[in-house]
Amino acid sequence: MTGIRIEQPGILSLLQDQGRFGQSQLGLTTGGPADAEAFRWANALLGNTPGSCCIEISMGGLELTMLQPSRIAVCGAEMPLRINQQPKPLWQSHPVQAGDIIELAMATAGLRSYLAVDGGFQLTPQFGSLSTVVREGIGGLDGGKLKVGQQLAIGTHQNKPNWQLPKSYRPDYQAPLKLRLIEGYQSDDFSIASKQRFYQHTFRISQQSDRMGYRLEGLALSSQRRSMLSEGICYGAVQVPPDGQPIVLLSDRQTLGGYPKLGSVLSLDCWQLAQRSAGTELHFEAISIEQAHNTLHLAEQQFQRRLQHLQPVV
Amino acid sequence: MSKQSYRIEIAGESALILYFAEHMSADISQRVLQATQALHSALADVLVDLTPSYASLLVCYNPLFTDHFAVRQRIHHTLSALSQQSEQSGQLVELPVYYSEESGPDLARVAKLHQLSIEQVIELHQQQSYRVYAIGFAPGFAYLGELNEQLATPRLDSPRAKVPKGAVAIADRQTAVYPAVSPGGWNLIGLCPVSMFTPDQTPSMPVAVGDEVRFKAIDKAEFLKLGGVL
Repeated sequence: MTGIRIEQPGILSLLQDQGRFGQSQLGLTTGGPADAEAFRWANALLGNTPGSCCIEISMGGLELTMLQPSRIAVCGAEMPLRINQQPKPLWQSHPVQAGDIIELAMATAGLRSYLAVDGGFQLTPQFGSLSTVVREGIGGLDGGKLKVGQQLAIGTHQNKPNWQLPKSYRPDYQAPLKLRLIEGYQSDDFSIASKQRFYQHTFRISQQSDRMGYRLEGLALSSQRRSMLSEGICYGAVQVPPDGQPIVLLSDRQTLGGYPKLGSVLSLDCWQLAQRSAGTELHFEAISIEQAHNTLHLAEQQFQRRLQHLQPVV
Repeated sequence: MSKQSYRIEIAGESALILYFAEHMSADISQRVLQATQALHSALADVLVDLTPSYASLLVCYNPLFTDHFAVRQRIHHTLSALSQQSEQSGQLVELPVYYSEESGPDLARVAKLHQLSIEQVIELHQQQSYRVYAIGFAPGFAYLGELNEQLATPRLDSPRAKVPKGAVAIADRQTAVYPAVSPGGWNLIGLCPVSMFTPDQTPSMPVAVGDEVRFKAIDKAEFLKLGGVL
Protein backbone atom coordinates (compact mmCIF):
# COMPACT_ATOMS: atom_id res chain seq x y z
CA MET A 1 0.00 0.00 0.00
CA THR A 2 1.19 3.47 -0.80
CA GLY A 3 0.02 7.02 -0.15
CA ILE A 4 -1.75 7.95 3.04
CA ARG A 5 -4.89 6.77 4.85
CA ILE A 6 -7.33 9.11 6.60
CA GLU A 7 -8.01 7.88 10.15
CA GLN A 8 -9.97 10.94 11.32
CA PRO A 9 -11.02 13.65 8.86
CA GLY A 10 -11.59 16.33 11.53
CA ILE A 11 -14.22 19.05 11.17
CA LEU A 12 -13.63 19.90 7.51
CA SER A 13 -10.63 18.67 5.55
CA LEU A 14 -10.53 19.27 1.80
CA LEU A 15 -8.11 18.53 -1.01
CA GLN A 16 -7.11 21.83 -2.60
CA ASP A 17 -4.69 22.78 -5.35
CA GLN A 18 -4.28 26.34 -6.67
CA GLY A 19 -7.90 26.45 -7.87
CA ARG A 20 -10.00 25.88 -10.97
CA PHE A 21 -9.64 28.65 -13.53
CA GLY A 22 -11.18 29.25 -16.92
CA GLN A 23 -14.36 27.26 -16.17
CA SER A 24 -16.70 29.99 -14.98
CA GLN A 25 -18.57 29.81 -18.31
CA LEU A 26 -19.90 26.45 -17.10
CA GLY A 27 -20.91 27.97 -13.79
CA LEU A 28 -17.97 26.36 -11.97
CA THR A 29 -16.37 28.44 -9.25
CA THR A 30 -12.61 28.54 -8.64
CA GLY A 31 -12.33 26.85 -5.26
CA GLY A 32 -8.69 26.68 -4.16
CA PRO A 33 -7.05 27.41 -0.81
CA ALA A 34 -8.87 29.79 1.52
CA ASP A 35 -5.44 31.05 2.62
CA ALA A 36 -3.19 30.98 -0.43
CA GLU A 37 -0.20 32.27 1.55
CA ALA A 38 -0.02 29.38 4.05
CA PHE A 39 -0.80 26.98 1.18
CA ARG A 40 2.11 28.35 -0.84
CA TRP A 41 4.55 27.99 2.06
CA ALA A 42 3.52 24.39 2.74
CA ASN A 43 4.49 23.45 -0.82
CA ALA A 44 7.57 25.70 -0.85
CA LEU A 45 9.05 24.10 2.27
CA LEU A 46 9.08 20.76 0.42
CA GLY A 47 10.29 22.22 -2.87
CA ASN A 48 7.02 21.11 -4.53
CA THR A 49 5.78 22.64 -7.76
CA PRO A 50 3.75 25.71 -6.70
CA GLY A 51 0.05 24.87 -6.59
CA SER A 52 0.56 21.18 -5.74
CA CYS A 53 -2.43 19.59 -4.05
CA CYS A 54 -2.53 19.85 -0.23
CA ILE A 55 -5.09 19.05 2.44
CA GLU A 56 -6.77 22.17 3.79
CA ILE A 57 -7.73 21.46 7.40
CA SER A 58 -10.32 23.79 8.89
CA MET A 59 -10.33 24.00 12.69
CA GLY A 60 -8.38 20.75 13.13
CA GLY A 61 -8.90 17.15 14.15
CA LEU A 62 -7.19 15.44 11.18
CA GLU A 63 -5.41 12.16 11.77
CA LEU A 64 -3.72 10.13 9.05
CA THR A 65 -1.33 7.24 8.61
CA MET A 66 1.58 7.36 6.19
CA LEU A 67 1.68 4.26 3.98
CA GLN A 68 5.00 5.18 2.37
CA PRO A 69 8.04 7.32 3.22
CA SER A 70 7.68 11.00 2.36
CA ARG A 71 8.14 14.44 3.89
CA ILE A 72 5.37 16.63 5.22
CA ALA A 73 4.98 20.32 6.05
CA VAL A 74 2.06 21.95 7.83
CA CYS A 75 1.59 25.73 7.54
CA GLY A 76 -1.20 28.02 8.65
CA ALA A 77 -3.30 28.07 11.81
CA GLU A 78 -1.67 26.98 15.06
CA MET A 79 -2.89 23.40 15.10
CA PRO A 80 -0.65 21.36 17.38
CA LEU A 81 1.08 18.75 15.16
CA ARG A 82 2.20 15.39 16.43
CA ILE A 83 4.03 12.66 14.56
CA ASN A 84 3.82 9.35 16.45
CA GLN A 85 2.74 11.25 19.59
CA GLN A 86 5.78 13.55 19.40
CA PRO A 87 4.99 17.29 19.15
CA LYS A 88 6.51 18.81 16.00
CA PRO A 89 6.73 22.42 14.83
CA LEU A 90 4.61 23.86 12.04
CA TRP A 91 6.13 25.88 9.16
CA GLN A 92 8.81 23.23 8.79
CA SER A 93 9.35 20.10 6.67
CA HIS A 94 9.60 16.76 8.45
CA PRO A 95 10.70 13.34 7.17
CA VAL A 96 8.08 10.61 7.73
CA GLN A 97 8.13 6.83 7.33
CA ALA A 98 5.52 4.25 6.38
CA GLY A 99 3.38 3.59 9.45
CA ASP A 100 3.89 7.04 10.98
CA ILE A 101 0.76 8.57 12.48
CA ILE A 102 0.22 12.28 11.93
CA GLU A 103 -2.24 14.19 14.08
CA LEU A 104 -3.41 17.77 14.04
CA ALA A 105 -5.28 18.96 17.13
CA MET A 106 -7.76 21.84 17.23
CA ALA A 107 -6.39 25.24 16.24
CA THR A 108 -5.48 27.64 19.01
CA ALA A 109 -4.98 30.62 16.66
CA GLY A 110 -6.17 30.93 13.08
CA LEU A 111 -8.66 28.62 11.42
CA ARG A 112 -7.07 26.70 8.55
CA SER A 113 -3.82 24.93 7.93
CA TYR A 114 -2.31 23.18 4.92
CA LEU A 115 -0.65 19.80 4.98
CA ALA A 116 1.67 19.21 2.04
CA VAL A 117 3.48 15.99 1.13
CA ASP A 118 6.37 15.34 -1.25
CA GLY A 119 5.07 15.80 -4.79
CA GLY A 120 1.56 16.67 -3.60
CA PHE A 121 -1.56 14.50 -3.50
CA GLN A 122 -2.07 12.69 -6.79
CA LEU A 123 -5.61 12.46 -8.16
CA THR A 124 -7.38 12.84 -11.46
CA PRO A 125 -8.21 16.50 -12.04
CA GLN A 126 -11.76 17.57 -12.88
CA PHE A 127 -12.00 20.59 -15.18
CA GLY A 128 -8.27 21.12 -14.84
CA SER A 129 -8.05 21.13 -11.06
CA LEU A 130 -8.13 18.88 -7.98
CA SER A 131 -9.74 21.54 -5.78
CA THR A 132 -12.80 20.32 -3.90
CA VAL A 133 -15.93 22.44 -4.04
CA VAL A 134 -18.44 20.61 -1.85
CA ARG A 135 -21.45 22.65 -3.02
CA GLU A 136 -20.73 21.63 -6.62
CA GLY A 137 -19.68 18.06 -5.80
CA ILE A 138 -16.55 18.64 -7.88
CA GLY A 139 -12.88 17.85 -7.23
CA GLY A 140 -11.03 15.89 -4.54
CA LEU A 141 -11.69 12.17 -4.35
CA ASP A 142 -15.49 12.27 -4.70
CA GLY A 143 -16.43 15.96 -4.68
CA GLY A 144 -16.79 15.94 -0.91
CA LYS A 145 -14.78 16.46 2.24
CA LEU A 146 -12.32 13.79 3.36
CA LYS A 147 -13.79 10.76 5.14
CA VAL A 148 -12.52 8.03 7.45
CA GLY A 149 -10.68 5.24 5.67
CA GLN A 150 -10.01 7.06 2.40
CA GLN A 151 -6.64 6.35 0.87
CA LEU A 152 -4.88 9.03 -1.16
CA ALA A 153 -1.95 8.61 -3.55
CA ILE A 154 0.98 10.97 -3.10
CA GLY A 155 4.05 11.95 -5.14
CA THR A 156 7.48 10.36 -5.02
CA HIS A 157 9.56 10.74 -1.88
CA GLN A 158 12.25 13.41 -2.27
CA ASN A 159 15.34 12.85 -0.21
CA LYS A 160 15.93 16.58 0.17
CA PRO A 161 17.10 18.54 3.23
CA ASN A 162 14.45 19.93 5.58
CA TRP A 163 13.74 23.61 5.99
CA GLN A 164 11.83 25.92 8.25
CA LEU A 165 10.42 29.39 7.80
CA PRO A 166 11.93 31.78 10.39
CA LYS A 167 9.41 32.79 13.05
CA SER A 168 9.52 36.48 12.16
CA TYR A 169 8.23 35.64 8.66
CA ARG A 170 5.15 33.77 9.85
CA PRO A 171 1.78 35.54 9.79
CA ASP A 172 0.00 36.45 13.02
CA TYR A 173 -3.62 35.37 12.74
CA GLN A 174 -4.53 37.24 15.91
CA ALA A 175 -3.33 40.61 14.68
CA PRO A 176 -6.01 43.30 14.21
CA LEU A 177 -7.52 42.92 10.77
CA LYS A 178 -7.85 45.69 8.22
CA LEU A 179 -9.32 44.81 4.84
CA ARG A 180 -7.93 46.92 2.02
CA LEU A 181 -10.73 47.56 -0.48
CA ILE A 182 -10.39 48.52 -4.12
CA GLU A 183 -13.60 50.35 -4.94
CA GLY A 184 -15.33 49.28 -8.10
CA TYR A 185 -18.42 47.61 -9.56
CA GLN A 186 -21.44 49.61 -8.28
CA SER A 187 -19.46 51.71 -5.76
CA ASP A 188 -20.85 54.91 -7.30
CA ASP A 189 -24.35 53.81 -6.29
CA PHE A 190 -23.40 54.12 -2.62
CA SER A 191 -23.51 57.71 -1.31
CA ILE A 192 -20.27 59.38 -0.20
CA ALA A 193 -21.70 59.71 3.30
CA SER A 194 -22.57 56.03 3.52
CA LYS A 195 -19.09 55.07 2.28
CA GLN A 196 -17.51 57.33 4.91
CA ARG A 197 -19.52 55.61 7.63
CA PHE A 198 -18.50 52.25 6.14
CA TYR A 199 -14.78 53.00 6.46
CA GLN A 200 -15.16 54.34 10.01
CA HIS A 201 -17.24 51.43 11.23
CA THR A 202 -15.98 48.32 13.00
CA PHE A 203 -17.56 45.16 11.59
CA ARG A 204 -17.76 41.75 13.19
CA ILE A 205 -17.49 38.38 11.41
CA SER A 206 -20.86 36.57 11.48
CA GLN A 207 -21.44 32.90 12.27
CA GLN A 208 -22.60 32.54 8.67
CA SER A 209 -19.11 32.57 7.22
CA ASP A 210 -17.45 29.85 5.21
CA ARG A 211 -15.28 29.20 2.15
CA MET A 212 -18.00 30.72 -0.04
CA GLY A 213 -18.12 34.05 1.71
CA TYR A 214 -17.69 35.88 5.00
CA ARG A 215 -20.80 37.66 6.16
CA LEU A 216 -20.14 40.73 8.32
CA GLU A 217 -22.33 42.30 10.96
CA GLY A 218 -22.56 45.92 11.86
CA LEU A 219 -23.63 49.02 10.05
CA ALA A 220 -26.27 48.41 7.39
CA LEU A 221 -25.29 49.86 4.03
CA SER A 222 -27.73 50.86 1.38
CA SER A 223 -27.18 51.52 -2.28
CA GLN A 224 -29.40 53.70 -4.42
CA ARG A 225 -29.72 50.94 -6.97
CA ARG A 226 -33.10 49.19 -7.19
CA SER A 227 -32.38 46.22 -9.42
CA MET A 228 -29.56 44.96 -11.57
CA LEU A 229 -28.75 42.09 -13.90
CA SER A 230 -26.67 39.22 -12.54
CA GLU A 231 -22.99 39.63 -13.35
CA GLY A 232 -19.62 37.95 -12.76
CA ILE A 233 -18.25 38.03 -9.21
CA CYS A 234 -14.49 38.22 -8.68
CA TYR A 235 -12.51 36.99 -5.67
CA GLY A 236 -12.91 39.30 -2.68
CA ALA A 237 -15.98 41.11 -4.03
CA VAL A 238 -17.96 42.88 -1.31
CA GLN A 239 -21.62 42.29 -1.99
CA VAL A 240 -24.37 44.17 -0.22
CA PRO A 241 -27.70 42.29 -0.14
CA PRO A 242 -30.99 44.04 0.81
CA ASP A 243 -30.34 43.63 4.56
CA GLY A 244 -27.31 45.92 4.12
CA GLN A 245 -24.82 43.58 5.82
CA PRO A 246 -21.75 43.18 3.56
CA ILE A 247 -20.50 39.77 2.44
CA VAL A 248 -16.90 39.27 1.29
CA LEU A 249 -16.98 36.58 -1.39
CA LEU A 250 -14.12 34.07 -1.29
CA SER A 251 -12.82 30.93 -3.04
CA ASP A 252 -16.13 29.02 -3.28
CA ARG A 253 -18.25 32.07 -4.24
CA GLN A 254 -21.02 31.67 -6.80
CA THR A 255 -19.90 32.77 -10.29
CA LEU A 256 -22.81 35.18 -10.90
CA GLY A 257 -24.79 37.40 -8.60
CA GLY A 258 -27.26 40.23 -8.76
CA TYR A 259 -26.60 42.28 -5.62
CA PRO A 260 -24.75 45.62 -5.70
CA LYS A 261 -21.05 45.45 -4.87
CA LEU A 262 -18.80 48.13 -3.37
CA GLY A 263 -15.60 46.75 -4.85
CA SER A 264 -13.24 43.97 -3.82
CA VAL A 265 -10.91 43.24 -0.93
CA LEU A 266 -7.20 42.80 -1.71
CA SER A 267 -6.43 39.07 -2.04
CA LEU A 268 -3.69 39.23 0.63
CA ASP A 269 -6.29 40.44 3.13
CA CYS A 270 -8.90 37.87 2.01
CA TRP A 271 -6.43 35.15 3.03
CA GLN A 272 -6.10 36.75 6.46
CA LEU A 273 -9.89 37.05 6.72
CA ALA A 274 -10.28 33.32 6.01
CA GLN A 275 -8.06 32.63 9.06
CA ARG A 276 -10.41 34.51 11.40
CA SER A 277 -13.43 33.05 13.16
CA ALA A 278 -16.89 34.41 13.96
CA GLY A 279 -16.92 37.38 16.31
CA THR A 280 -13.57 38.80 15.13
CA GLU A 281 -13.69 42.57 14.61
CA LEU A 282 -12.33 44.25 11.51
CA HIS A 283 -12.52 47.41 9.49
CA PHE A 284 -12.06 48.48 5.88
CA GLU A 285 -9.65 50.90 4.25
CA ALA A 286 -9.90 52.17 0.67
CA ILE A 287 -6.86 51.78 -1.57
CA SER A 288 -6.42 52.62 -5.23
CA ILE A 289 -5.91 49.98 -7.90
CA GLU A 290 -2.35 51.29 -8.34
CA GLN A 291 -1.63 50.84 -4.62
CA ALA A 292 -3.13 47.36 -4.87
CA HIS A 293 -0.87 46.34 -7.75
CA ASN A 294 2.15 47.83 -6.03
CA THR A 295 1.31 45.89 -2.86
CA LEU A 296 0.93 42.64 -4.79
CA HIS A 297 4.30 43.09 -6.50
CA LEU A 298 6.00 43.87 -3.18
CA ALA A 299 4.37 40.83 -1.55
CA GLU A 300 5.62 38.63 -4.39
CA GLN A 301 9.16 40.01 -4.03
CA GLN A 302 8.99 39.49 -0.29
CA PHE A 303 7.95 35.87 -0.77
CA GLN A 304 10.82 35.23 -3.18
CA ARG A 305 13.30 36.86 -0.78
CA ARG A 306 12.02 34.85 2.18
CA LEU A 307 12.29 31.70 0.13
CA GLN A 308 16.04 32.39 -0.06
CA HIS A 309 16.20 32.81 3.72
CA LEU A 310 14.74 29.47 4.81
CA GLN A 311 16.66 27.96 7.72
CA PRO A 312 17.96 24.41 7.48
CA VAL A 313 16.58 22.08 10.15
CA VAL A 314 19.41 20.60 12.15
CA MET B 1 -17.47 47.66 -31.70
CA SER B 2 -17.11 51.34 -30.89
CA LYS B 3 -15.64 52.44 -27.59
CA GLN B 4 -18.95 54.05 -26.67
CA SER B 5 -20.84 50.78 -26.91
CA TYR B 6 -19.52 49.56 -23.57
CA ARG B 7 -17.91 50.96 -20.44
CA ILE B 8 -15.20 49.41 -18.28
CA GLU B 9 -15.20 49.49 -14.49
CA ILE B 10 -12.71 48.13 -11.99
CA ALA B 11 -14.07 45.04 -10.25
CA GLY B 12 -11.06 44.16 -8.10
CA GLU B 13 -7.27 44.08 -7.93
CA SER B 14 -7.11 41.76 -10.92
CA ALA B 15 -10.50 42.10 -12.58
CA LEU B 16 -12.21 44.55 -14.90
CA ILE B 17 -15.88 44.38 -15.80
CA LEU B 18 -17.28 45.45 -19.15
CA TYR B 19 -20.86 46.71 -19.21
CA PHE B 20 -22.57 46.65 -22.59
CA ALA B 21 -26.03 47.76 -21.39
CA GLU B 22 -28.22 47.89 -18.30
CA HIS B 23 -30.93 45.70 -19.78
CA MET B 24 -31.09 42.28 -21.42
CA SER B 25 -31.68 41.66 -25.10
CA ALA B 26 -30.57 39.12 -27.66
CA ASP B 27 -28.52 41.81 -29.41
CA ILE B 28 -26.62 42.78 -26.23
CA SER B 29 -26.09 39.12 -25.37
CA GLN B 30 -24.62 38.58 -28.83
CA ARG B 31 -22.15 41.41 -28.29
CA VAL B 32 -21.12 39.97 -24.92
CA LEU B 33 -20.52 36.60 -26.58
CA GLN B 34 -18.55 38.15 -29.45
CA ALA B 35 -16.36 40.09 -26.97
CA THR B 36 -15.84 36.95 -24.87
CA GLN B 37 -14.60 34.99 -27.85
CA ALA B 38 -12.33 37.79 -29.08
CA LEU B 39 -10.77 38.49 -25.66
CA HIS B 40 -10.27 34.81 -24.96
CA SER B 41 -7.55 34.73 -27.59
CA ALA B 42 -6.41 38.36 -27.50
CA LEU B 43 -5.65 38.33 -23.75
CA ALA B 44 -4.55 34.68 -23.55
CA ASP B 45 -1.11 35.48 -22.06
CA VAL B 46 -2.53 37.32 -19.02
CA LEU B 47 -6.03 35.90 -18.73
CA VAL B 48 -7.25 33.98 -15.67
CA ASP B 49 -10.98 33.75 -16.36
CA LEU B 50 -13.80 35.29 -18.38
CA THR B 51 -17.33 35.38 -16.98
CA PRO B 52 -19.96 36.53 -19.46
CA SER B 53 -23.46 37.35 -18.23
CA TYR B 54 -26.57 39.07 -19.58
CA ALA B 55 -25.03 42.42 -20.43
CA SER B 56 -21.58 42.28 -18.84
CA LEU B 57 -18.27 40.48 -19.08
CA LEU B 58 -15.93 40.02 -16.10
CA VAL B 59 -12.28 39.82 -17.19
CA CYS B 60 -9.89 38.39 -14.58
CA TYR B 61 -6.18 38.77 -15.34
CA ASN B 62 -2.91 37.99 -13.61
CA PRO B 63 -1.81 41.22 -11.89
CA LEU B 64 1.82 40.09 -11.71
CA PHE B 65 2.03 39.98 -15.50
CA THR B 66 0.20 43.17 -16.42
CA ASP B 67 -1.83 46.06 -14.98
CA HIS B 68 -5.30 47.45 -15.52
CA PHE B 69 -4.11 50.21 -17.89
CA ALA B 70 -2.58 47.70 -20.26
CA VAL B 71 -5.58 45.37 -20.05
CA ARG B 72 -8.01 48.23 -20.75
CA GLN B 73 -5.96 49.27 -23.74
CA ARG B 74 -5.86 45.75 -25.11
CA ILE B 75 -9.62 45.37 -24.57
CA HIS B 76 -10.31 48.61 -26.49
CA HIS B 77 -7.92 47.60 -29.22
CA THR B 78 -9.47 44.14 -29.58
CA LEU B 79 -13.09 45.23 -29.42
CA SER B 80 -12.67 48.18 -31.78
CA ALA B 81 -11.40 45.76 -34.41
CA LEU B 82 -14.62 43.75 -34.18
CA SER B 83 -17.04 44.60 -36.91
CA GLN B 84 -20.77 44.57 -36.37
CA GLN B 85 -20.70 41.09 -37.76
CA SER B 86 -23.77 39.44 -39.04
CA GLU B 87 -25.32 37.56 -36.17
CA GLN B 88 -23.45 34.34 -35.53
CA SER B 89 -26.08 32.00 -34.30
CA GLY B 90 -25.38 29.33 -31.71
CA GLN B 91 -26.65 25.79 -32.09
CA LEU B 92 -30.32 24.99 -31.59
CA VAL B 93 -30.85 22.47 -28.79
CA GLU B 94 -34.15 20.70 -28.23
CA LEU B 95 -34.92 19.62 -24.68
CA PRO B 96 -37.80 17.21 -23.96
CA VAL B 97 -40.06 18.07 -21.03
CA TYR B 98 -42.67 16.03 -19.21
CA TYR B 99 -45.10 18.79 -18.23
CA SER B 100 -47.69 17.66 -15.68
CA GLU B 101 -48.96 18.38 -12.21
CA GLU B 102 -47.08 15.28 -11.10
CA SER B 103 -43.73 16.53 -12.45
CA GLY B 104 -44.42 20.26 -12.10
CA PRO B 105 -45.87 21.04 -8.66
CA ASP B 106 -46.40 24.73 -9.51
CA LEU B 107 -48.02 24.17 -12.93
CA ALA B 108 -51.61 24.52 -11.73
CA ARG B 109 -50.84 27.58 -9.61
CA VAL B 110 -49.02 29.28 -12.51
CA ALA B 111 -51.99 28.57 -14.80
CA LYS B 112 -54.47 29.93 -12.28
CA LEU B 113 -52.38 33.05 -11.62
CA HIS B 114 -52.41 33.95 -15.31
CA GLN B 115 -56.00 32.78 -15.91
CA LEU B 116 -54.80 30.18 -18.39
CA SER B 117 -55.46 26.48 -18.68
CA ILE B 118 -52.60 24.08 -17.92
CA GLU B 119 -52.53 23.19 -21.63
CA GLN B 120 -52.12 26.86 -22.53
CA VAL B 121 -49.19 27.26 -20.12
CA ILE B 122 -47.48 24.23 -21.69
CA GLU B 123 -48.19 25.52 -25.18
CA LEU B 124 -46.82 29.00 -24.41
CA HIS B 125 -43.69 27.56 -22.80
CA GLN B 126 -42.78 25.30 -25.70
CA GLN B 127 -43.93 27.37 -28.67
CA GLN B 128 -40.87 29.65 -28.77
CA SER B 129 -37.11 29.25 -28.62
CA TYR B 130 -35.00 30.77 -25.84
CA ARG B 131 -31.52 32.18 -25.84
CA VAL B 132 -28.92 31.00 -23.30
CA TYR B 133 -28.04 34.35 -21.71
CA ALA B 134 -25.77 33.17 -18.93
CA ILE B 135 -24.63 30.08 -17.07
CA GLY B 136 -24.08 30.33 -13.35
CA PHE B 137 -25.65 30.03 -9.91
CA ALA B 138 -24.60 26.37 -10.03
CA PRO B 139 -22.61 24.33 -12.56
CA GLY B 140 -24.74 23.88 -15.67
CA PHE B 141 -27.55 26.23 -14.65
CA ALA B 142 -28.46 28.03 -17.89
CA TYR B 143 -30.54 31.19 -17.72
CA LEU B 144 -32.92 31.12 -20.71
CA GLY B 145 -34.95 34.08 -21.95
CA GLU B 146 -37.18 35.64 -22.60
CA LEU B 147 -40.29 33.89 -21.48
CA ASN B 148 -43.63 34.91 -22.99
CA GLU B 149 -44.96 37.85 -20.97
CA GLN B 150 -48.18 35.96 -20.27
CA LEU B 151 -46.17 33.45 -18.21
CA ALA B 152 -44.02 35.92 -16.25
CA THR B 153 -44.30 34.63 -12.68
CA PRO B 154 -42.58 35.97 -9.56
CA ARG B 155 -40.25 33.72 -7.57
CA LEU B 156 -41.70 31.85 -4.59
CA ASP B 157 -41.91 33.88 -1.38
CA SER B 158 -40.01 31.17 0.38
CA PRO B 159 -37.60 29.06 -1.71
CA ARG B 160 -37.92 25.27 -1.67
CA ALA B 161 -35.19 23.50 0.27
CA LYS B 162 -34.99 20.83 -2.43
CA VAL B 163 -35.74 21.23 -6.12
CA PRO B 164 -35.26 17.96 -8.04
CA LYS B 165 -32.65 17.48 -10.74
CA GLY B 166 -34.14 18.21 -14.16
CA ALA B 167 -36.87 20.50 -12.83
CA VAL B 168 -38.05 22.88 -15.55
CA ALA B 169 -38.70 26.18 -13.87
CA ILE B 170 -39.79 29.74 -14.55
CA ALA B 171 -39.13 33.01 -12.72
CA ASP B 172 -40.10 36.45 -14.04
CA ARG B 173 -39.35 36.29 -17.77
CA GLN B 174 -36.74 33.55 -17.47
CA THR B 175 -36.80 29.79 -17.59
CA ALA B 176 -34.23 27.12 -16.74
CA VAL B 177 -33.63 23.44 -16.07
CA TYR B 178 -32.10 22.66 -12.66
CA PRO B 179 -28.89 20.67 -13.34
CA ALA B 180 -28.82 19.03 -9.90
CA VAL B 181 -30.83 18.80 -6.71
CA SER B 182 -30.57 22.19 -5.03
CA PRO B 183 -32.54 24.75 -3.09
CA GLY B 184 -34.51 27.04 -5.39
CA GLY B 185 -37.20 29.69 -5.55
CA TRP B 186 -38.37 29.27 -9.15
CA ASN B 187 -41.81 27.90 -10.14
CA LEU B 188 -41.64 24.26 -11.25
CA ILE B 189 -43.71 23.27 -14.29
CA GLY B 190 -42.16 20.02 -15.51
CA LEU B 191 -39.18 17.69 -15.61
CA CYS B 192 -36.51 17.26 -18.29
CA PRO B 193 -34.81 13.84 -18.59
CA VAL B 194 -31.68 15.27 -20.26
CA SER B 195 -28.80 15.89 -17.86
CA MET B 196 -27.76 19.55 -17.97
CA PHE B 197 -24.37 18.91 -16.38
CA THR B 198 -22.33 15.70 -16.53
CA PRO B 199 -18.87 16.45 -15.12
CA ASP B 200 -17.16 13.42 -16.65
CA GLN B 201 -18.50 13.91 -20.17
CA THR B 202 -17.18 16.15 -22.94
CA PRO B 203 -18.90 18.48 -23.43
CA SER B 204 -20.23 18.48 -19.89
CA MET B 205 -23.26 20.56 -20.88
CA PRO B 206 -25.73 20.22 -23.77
CA VAL B 207 -25.85 24.04 -24.16
CA ALA B 208 -23.48 27.01 -24.15
CA VAL B 209 -24.01 30.77 -23.85
CA GLY B 210 -25.46 32.04 -27.13
CA ASP B 211 -27.25 28.79 -28.02
CA GLU B 212 -31.00 28.60 -28.67
CA VAL B 213 -33.11 26.18 -26.66
CA ARG B 214 -36.54 24.87 -27.57
CA PHE B 215 -38.66 22.70 -25.25
CA LYS B 216 -40.73 19.81 -26.57
CA ALA B 217 -43.53 18.23 -24.57
CA ILE B 218 -43.27 14.46 -24.05
CA ASP B 219 -45.53 12.09 -22.18
CA LYS B 220 -44.75 10.15 -19.05
CA ALA B 221 -43.86 6.93 -20.89
CA GLU B 222 -41.32 8.71 -23.07
CA PHE B 223 -39.94 10.63 -20.07
CA LEU B 224 -39.26 7.36 -18.26
CA LYS B 225 -37.86 5.77 -21.42
CA LEU B 226 -35.38 8.64 -21.72
CA GLY B 227 -34.14 7.91 -18.22
CA GLY B 228 -36.28 10.43 -16.36
CA VAL B 229 -36.96 9.79 -12.68
CA LEU B 230 -40.12 10.87 -10.88
